[in-house]
Amino acid sequence: MEKLSAIEDGAPDGAPSLVELLTRAGRGDEAAFAQFYDATSPRAYGLALRVVRNPAHAEEVTQEAYLDAWRSSGRFDPAAGSPAGWLLTIVHRKAVDRVRSVEASTKRDVTWQREARPVDHDETAESVQASLEAQRVRTAIATLTDVQREAVELTYFGGYTHTEVATMLEVPLGTAKTRIRDGLIRLRDLMGVGS
Amino acid sequence: MSDIHKLSGAYALDALDDIERARFEQHLLGCEDCRSEVAELQETAALLASTVEATPPPALRDSVLAGIAHVRPLPPSTPVPARRRWLPLLVAAALVLVAGVGTAVWQPWTDDTPRLTAAEQVMDAPDAETVAIDLGEAGRAEVVRSVSEDRAVIVTEDMASAPDGMVYQVWLQSPEGEMVPAGLMAPRADQTMLLEGPAGDSLAAGITVEPEGGSLQPTSDPIALFEFESG
Repeated sequence: MEKLSAIEDGAPDGAPSLVELLTRAGRGDEAAFAQFYDATSPRAYGLALRVVRNPAHAEEVTQEAYLDAWRSSGRFDPAAGSPAGWLLTIVHRKAVDRVRSVEASTKRDVTWQREARPVDHDETAESVQASLEAQRVRTAIATLTDVQREAVELTYFGGYTHTEVATMLEVPLGTAKTRIRDGLIRLRDLMGVGS
Repeated sequence: MSDIHKLSGAYALDALDDIERARFEQHLLGCEDCRSEVAELQETAALLASTVEATPPPALRDSVLAGIAHVRPLPPSTPVPARRRWLPLLVAAALVLVAGVGTAVWQPWTDDTPRLTAAEQVMDAPDAETVAIDLGEAGRAEVVRSVSEDRAVIVTEDMASAPDGMVYQVWLQSPEGEMVPAGLMAPRADQTMLLEGPAGDSLAAGITVEPEGGSLQPTSDPIALFEFESG
């Protein structure tokens, strides 16, 4: 497989790349992992917060994800994906597991997504590069059909299953499944992932 | 394209429930196209996070760095990914071993005698293919499959018991990647068992740990996966 490189490494000139930092972390280099944390934590925490929405839970999820990442840093395979993609996959899985496990006690409001607004940028720690990338992603998302976009956002940011999303969007299950995949494939192609 | 491939997007977004996820992960073991697509779609999904960046509380950094100080990073994995650590080893001389072990056949639902013959027929078939897996402390298991007989046999040696209230269930993976129940194993360390159902076009056989009575679909990752070469 081609190296997946859509997520910019974000390393300033002369600074070690995220791959180098993870490799060093795999050998027990805590300072390298601290640098890795500094470079990736706004995205990791932001994602956890968006999915679980409770700041205390988001902190726990983020911490668990970084501990997992540290533990398995020596097994990260640069040929299989980017360090940020790898980390965020861990964060997302943990965030989704968290919302589903607390779902019974705190029923989520299924209308939130339609009311949600883009994050206020004054409150974020986006670097210039990250905000450029965010802009590219937003532009790509805007090209999806309404159902594709809603299906992708409800699953990724809402943490809903494709079965739940089918109900929420009032489409057949097979349609939800297809729209999710079609939407992601379109984003993949627009963002140049894997090419 | 069968339906299960289309779950790649939902899987990449963690939008499958636990059972669907387990089934799809079974499918991934045998589907290189889906593995590759899932990797790309997970990478794509992660890009979405760039639109929701937020400043983490400073205390979180301290907690993370304090936490890692107490955890040892795992050693690098072998070239085989951890999920596939039961990758089969082809053992040329396995039939000799099978002959030494295969003295009895256990089937909970039928008389033993005809099944013994069927198991032997599979193992004696000229096209018998043996896939053996060393389970380390947990023993050793192998599956013998004959395309001409259209059946498969599992042979275990010194196999550890399933946990209390659980059983070992055997599955055959269809060409579409579906895991089809192929019988429950007897609670015995050494046994030879003819798998239920046709096995001639199966991609693999697997063993999972299931609640007593077995399951209609695997509810956990396989403890052993025997991938067939021919077929």
